[in-house]
Amino acid sequence: MRTRSILDHNFRSLGRNALIAVFAALILIQGAVSAKAVEPDEVLKDPQLEARARHISEGLRCLVCQNQSIDDSAAPLAKDLRLLVRERLKAGDTDQEIEDFVVARYGEFVLLKPRFELHTLILWLATPVVFLAALIALVLFYRRRAAASGPASLSKAEQRRLKQLLDEQ
Amino acid sequence: MIAETGHYALILALGVAIVQTVLPLWGTRRHDPQLMAIAAPAAQMQFLLIAIAFAALMTAYVTSDFSLQNVWANSHSAKPMLYKIAGVWGNHEGSMVLWVLILALFGAAVATYGTNLPRELQANVLAVQGSIAVAFLLFIITTSNPFVRLDPAPLDGQGLNPVLQDPALAFHPPFLYTGYVGFSMAFSFAVAALIDGRIDAAWARWVRPWTLAAWMCLTLGIAMGSWWAYYELGWGGFWFWDPVENASFMPWLAGTALLHSALVMEKRDALKVWTILLAIITFSLSLMGTFLVRSGVLTSVHAFAVDPARGIFILAIMGVFIGGALALFAFRAPQLSQGGLFAPISREGSLVLNNLLLTTACAAVFVGTLYPLALEAVTGDKISVGGPFFNYTFVPLIVPLLIAVPFGPMLAWKRGDIVAAGQRLIAAAVLALIAMVAVFSWQQRGPWLAPFGIALGIWLVLGALSDLAFRARFHGTSWREGFRRLGNLPRSAYGGALAHAGLGVVVIGIVATTAWRSEAILAMKPKETAALAGYELTFQGVAPREGPNYRERVGVFKVTRGGQEVTTLQPSKRAFTVEQSSTTEAGIHVSWRGDLYVVLGDELKNGAYSVRIYFNPLVRLIWLGALVMFIGGGLSLSDRRLRVGAPKRARAASEGLAAAK
Repeated sequence: MRTRSILDHNFRSLGRNALIAVFAALILIQGAVSAKAVEPDEVLKDPQLEARARHISEGLRCLVCQNQSIDDSAAPLAKDLRLLVRERLKAGDTDQEIEDFVVARYGEFVLLKPRFELHTLILWLATPVVFLAALIALVLFYRRRAAASGPASLSKAEQRRLKQLLDEQ
Repeated sequence: MIAETGHYALILALGVAIVQTVLPLWGTRRHDPQLMAIAAPAAQMQFLLIAIAFAALMTAYVTSDFSLQNVWANSHSAKPMLYKIAGVWGNHEGSMVLWVLILALFGAAVATYGTNLPRELQANVLAVQGSIAVAFLLFIITTSNPFVRLDPAPLDGQGLNPVLQDPALAFHPPFLYTGYVGFSMAFSFAVAALIDGRIDAAWARWVRPWTLAAWMCLTLGIAMGSWWAYYELGWGGFWFWDPVENASFMPWLAGTALLHSALVMEKRDALKVWTILLAIITFSLSLMGTFLVRSGVLTSVHAFAVDPARGIFILAIMGVFIGGALALFAFRAPQLSQGGLFAPISREGSLVLNNLLLTTACAAVFVGTLYPLALEAVTGDKISVGGPFFNYTFVPLIVPLLIAVPFGPMLAWKRGDIVAAGQRLIAAAVLALIAMVAVFSWQQRGPWLAPFGIALGIWLVLGALSDLAFRARFHGTSWREGFRRLGNLPRSAYGGALAHAGLGVVVIGIVATTAWRSEAILAMKPKETAALAGYELTFQGVAPREGPNYRERVGVFKVTRGGQEVTTLQPSKRAFTVEQSSTTEAGIHVSWRGDLYVVLGDELKNGAYSVRIYFNPLVRLIWLGALVMFIGGGLSLSDRRLRVGAPKRARAASEGLAAAK
């Protein structure tokens, strides 16, 4: 039950932002990302379960790192989270259940791919909207150019002159 | 004394930059040639003064003058010379001095080599360039002065962050900054054209070489940063979608679009308004990158500045320049004439498609980078945006672009024939498809999209070759004649084809290493053997070793392949005595198949060590491809037709011809 106690300890400390800041500072000073990530003793016996664990880990953010997944991070907190994921897997949870479980405890900040919800609407829709707007602008541009490129119609003065010439004949 | 000289030179440079901004601008308003003539010598003088300041700071670092606060905080007497020199830009203040040095260098280059520019244009360009210098020199002198003294002087310095003590990272910032700041040329030319209210094809001809030079340096700078991350951070990742990386990637995407739209403007006098806007956007993104990294908004390894005063200052600079340029654009753009006509299916049309996809992809990166900051500022909610998000938004835009790339050069200007272009690319398409089937049948694991990705890369490389073959008109002629024509192609043709081929090489590298990377995570005791990707690694133990300013524990691994000895890898953990921190050095064996990458972890119980072994197939192609793109850019730049002096000579020649008639 060693892991459980570490986890409990971290949950308690999580509330204390100051500690997180110290954590972050420590990790930054240590060069942000020394090479550790998944430790040999963490790897699950069942390769299929381990593959699922890795896949889930890649989508979860190490809370004290800069945009790194817990799969890549050396931080102690990332290790705890990896162990947590593996424990839930062994308990028979589905991938979605594990994600929900982690989000319930750590908040949505932990997901590297934000969920599609009201407050992330702009984030998810901005790119398709920009693309569609640009596409429409482009179509309008081509149509306007095509219309403008036809033979220019005669001006009023030219029409009068043409009428005059025809009348003369 | 030397430091005071540098300090004084920096303040004088500010004065000269003010003169460079005000007088020529006034001169162009009053059509006074004497006032306009001040611009060029002022730009040269400004460069000289900033160079003196930079040299003074460099001297302080080389001689370890710890009476300077900046040197004390970022250097140490025991540091190797390379990192004493690189230490100049390995910190906030010094890197800003490098920033203005490069800015002044570009200004001085326009002053020196731009003598054939129209007088008004040159004066306006240098005035705008000068105004950027004024803003950043003020920023340095008021908030980030590197020449502040300490009294009494400390005995020794505090050292440089060990992860930054690395050859690739020593050269990464100068290249990156040359790229960032180089786009200021396009910006200055754009704003000068807007002030003047006139713009023509010659404008694009003058802007393109500067943009190309900046783009080349940015390409290499980003590649170096990614290469450094790969071997220094210890798990073989090459791109994190970290905000700081995105900050350099956005100007690259916009700059790539600008290169292509400037091509349309130069050759066909079309897309003027858009090209001007893109020039403004590209440099605005460079400014934003500087803001993101320098202000400490994002706290990461790169952001060594955490000081709100600085952030607000740069934000103000951004507001003035971006807002001013866009306001000027809105005011003047309707007056700019539209150029040549073209059909959607044409060379111009393909370059418009390129711009559409590149700028939208850039928008995706922009939103993904800034949305979390904006959301936190507005509602306090914290969200993360990482690799998985960009896989959903960025990749779907880039894949169609990559498919379309080989078609572009095959289409004629004004009105192209897509069927004919397809026929010329049939060989490339068939070979790429064969490769896809072959990879699909050979692969035992990895995502099912991977063979498609490999085929895409091969399609780009072969498409570039087809482009050259088509230009040399190999069809319906003897091989000898074809090769003779191939040799006579202009360098810019090779440059473009190489850049596109390089992109294909990068794609192959990224897909292969992402899809088929293999790894083993083990607890190894000495004399134990592990196997991965056909290699056998025997752990021979750990030994201590002394470096110039660190101590390390080196793990020794004998690598064999099929019983034959290949190499001995020595991954290590370095403890830096001064900085009180450690780094991990991976042991990497490079072969044509890929990299064998070994990392030594902590000592576990019972004498075993945690060991991580990776095999990254074809990973070198990522940086090799970037290098090919750089060389392609260089070839284009050396083309006679693109040389900065060329327009004048060409015009003189045509005028001479007209006179003779």
